[in-house]
Amino acid sequence: MVQSQQESETLEPVAGQSQSDENVLAARNLSVWYGNFRAVRDINLDVKRNSVLALIGPSGCGKSTLLRCFNRMNDLVLNSRVEGQIIYNGTDLYAPSTDSTEVRARVGMVFQKPNPFPKTIFENVAFGLRVNGFKGNLQEAVERSLRQSALWEEVKDRLNSSALELSGGQQQRLCIARALAVEPEVILMDEPCSALDPVATLAIEDLIRQLVAKYTIIIVTHNMQQAARVSHETAFLMVGEDRAGYLVEMDATDKIFTNPSHEQTEAYITGRFS
Amino acid sequence: MASGDILHPSSGFETAEILATERRKRRRRTKIQGKLVKWFFISCALVSVLTTIGIVVSLIVQAWDFFIEVSVWEFITGTRWTPLLKPQSFGVLPLVVGTLLVSSLAAAVALPVGLATAVYMAEYAPEKLRRIIKPVLEVLAGIPTVVYGYFALTFVTPLLQGVIPNLIVFNALSAGLVMGIMIIPMISSLSEDAMIAVPRSLREAAYALGATKFEVARKVVVPAALSGIVAAFILGISRAIGETMLVTIAAGSTPRMTFNPIEGIQAMTAFIVQLSLGETPHGSLEYNTIFAVGILLFAMTLLMNLLGFWVVRRWRMKY
Amino acid sequence: MATNPSIQEQLNPRLSYRKKLGSVVYFLLLAAVLVGIVSLIVLLARILFEGIPWLSWHFISDYPSRFPERAGLKSALFGTLWIMGLVAAFTIPIGVGAAVYLEEYSPKNWFSNIIEVNISNLAGVPSIVYGLLGLALFVQWMAIGRTVLAGALTLTLLVLPIIILASREAIRGVPDAYRQAGYALGADQWQVVRRIVLPSALPGILTGTILALSRAIGEAAPVIAISALVYLTFVPTDPLDRFTVLPIQIYTWVSRPQDEFRGLAAAGIIVLLVILLSMNAIAIYLRNKYQQRSRE
Repeated sequence: MVQSQQESETLEPVAGQSQSDENVLAARNLSVWYGNFRAVRDINLDVKRNSVLALIGPSGCGKSTLLRCFNRMNDLVLNSRVEGQIIYNGTDLYAPSTDSTEVRARVGMVFQKPNPFPKTIFENVAFGLRVNGFKGNLQEAVERSLRQSALWEEVKDRLNSSALELSGGQQQRLCIARALAVEPEVILMDEPCSALDPVATLAIEDLIRQLVAKYTIIIVTHNMQQAARVSHETAFLMVGEDRAGYLVEMDATDKIFTNPSHEQTEAYITGRFS
Repeated sequence: MASGDILHPSSGFETAEILATERRKRRRRTKIQGKLVKWFFISCALVSVLTTIGIVVSLIVQAWDFFIEVSVWEFITGTRWTPLLKPQSFGVLPLVVGTLLVSSLAAAVALPVGLATAVYMAEYAPEKLRRIIKPVLEVLAGIPTVVYGYFALTFVTPLLQGVIPNLIVFNALSAGLVMGIMIIPMISSLSEDAMIAVPRSLREAAYALGATKFEVARKVVVPAALSGIVAAFILGISRAIGETMLVTIAAGSTPRMTFNPIEGIQAMTAFIVQLSLGETPHGSLEYNTIFAVGILLFAMTLLMNLLGFWVVRRWRMKY
Repeated sequence: MATNPSIQEQLNPRLSYRKKLGSVVYFLLLAAVLVGIVSLIVLLARILFEGIPWLSWHFISDYPSRFPERAGLKSALFGTLWIMGLVAAFTIPIGVGAAVYLEEYSPKNWFSNIIEVNISNLAGVPSIVYGLLGLALFVQWMAIGRTVLAGALTLTLLVLPIIILASREAIRGVPDAYRQAGYALGADQWQVVRRIVLPSALPGILTGTILALSRAIGEAAPVIAISALVYLTFVPTDPLDRFTVLPIQIYTWVSRPQDEFRGLAAAGIIVLLVILLSMNAIAIYLRNKYQQRSRE
């Protein structure tokens, strides 16, 4: 990681150039506090470029908290505090000089429940571009994002109708399109399918598999099968005795699901506790 | 590091690159803008604090000259109020008694009727009827008080004179009754809110034990909502004490120490209006009396309002 | 066990008595509800009956007069319109600004606590006390004089709590998910407020604004303290002119003993109520439209 920080002085690290460039994000000794309560402790992990990382673990293990560190959404929670570092392309996202809104433009997020704004479909996708001062062709950018999220064909004739008229699955794909519009390198997904029916869920999973060609995705999920289906790597978190979440192990998804190194992981995956 | 706060997009992210450049250009401006906006919002919130300070300071400063000449004790214990007649006397009690008389009459009407209306609305009224009654009460609450004054003087008083032949034109009774009608909506809507907040499960538990609808309302809902209902009563009476035009128009302008509702009285607020309309020169002792009466009025309503909030906070049930 | 009477046998539910009591109470409650409704009907009927004969175009377009048949309320009507416009211009930015601060910016500390308690208290201060504040602060100390501006500033302070409370409620109703989504796209706080929170809260804010304005134009007491003079035969042309408003004009007519002036008062009340009720109707329309949309 030290090496990576030095390299970041060049403006645009190119993927695959060196060992560290394989990783777009990394957490170093990361702990999150809410007041006096430590929610997660001492997380160290690397996120490989153009891969899907699944975060799994029982309720309250801090998966969502960890996820929200990668785009500093935890800053919005009162009395929250982060120790350690999140390195993005060689820059610490929690450095005092880093602007949290810029972080969020670079690391996008999709939420548990579809949350389109009560605006038109077009305005939803254009929102991020507008707030970030986009001066290019808005129409093109919106169309590109909607195509990437496989929604274009379904909505191209009604871009000016309210986003709230879409079905749940469509709304979630719209939220993905909205996140894609500003071209984040990383997309965080917080149980994106938990409010959707099985058909819509499969559509989102397909989408994730396509998106990974260009983007890096970190997904929190309660659904083991989903983690197995879409992710390349899986991180398993547990709640410690101090009620803080910690990382038990992280490895290739195949290995985690077939031959985990820790007994706890196996117990969780085979459903012996949850 | 070239510049610690610039996040570098990787290659292949053209839009991101454009946005990052734009953002860097605008960063200073948006930061300053955000700060200015925040300060604007804070100063807006401060206006409300300054208003309170303004009320207290302006009343005290203006009443200061008055209390130099008339002692506070004489003011609050004196039983004759003749600031505009010789010999002058500045005992505020007749005004206070007038205000309290009208407010008690109003309370006698509004408390039972308001509470009953609230019980009906919260527990009995079918949805269709609610949708009619609610706006009617809102309209009733939105009618300017000068209209109620007109109603009391030109309709209710003649009506009452038919029953009570020696009733004079300007009397506390008519003003009090109409004031009662005026504050019904306030009491009923606040009490109804408190009753609606009582969880369904409590009602269902009582029904499941064989209670009738009335028993559920009387023994479960009203007790559970009691703090809200009491607060509604207190706030309603406080509103009656501060009410101005109705008592100015219908209750008369003769300060009198009486609890007889068929007599004419003068309320504190009515005196302030009477003097504001007159020819009394600014800065004179007579003129400054309105600020002295104003302080007393402000103190009385403030105490009642604080009491109302205290009741809600102190006795609120935790469901 | 078998010899003891069961609990059920020992109960005496007196069902028919309790049911009868219930229906008696039901009718008492209904009667109470009717008090309010009947009062409103009688009041409106009385005003229409007395006032309609006096309504005419010249009543709107003429100035007040000693002669009832020539009297009109032009000066009061224009004064009320002036007040409405100025109060709207002052209260909307300040009220919404304060609400945004309290809901979106302020940390939960002693300062926000004080502001909150303070606002609920201000809502309970009698309107005549605001009149005294305006008289001392605007008319005398700031030397604005007995002008439309002084009246509008006073009424602004009076209705500020209403608009703040309504706007806060509207802002609180904006789902947090919208804010989160906005932040997650790189918007800063002001962008989230301006582009997401305020547009979503707009119907509620508008409703609150209308209600606050209708309160302002129905108030007589504080305006009497400010304007004092109630007989005007001109229309204010700038904010530093003297003025009168409809409720004061109505008051002067009511307080005259002659029946003719009482009729004029009723006619004036009709004009005032038409303005108020149409404002209320707009507010209710906005609220219903908004509720329907948010239910979807």
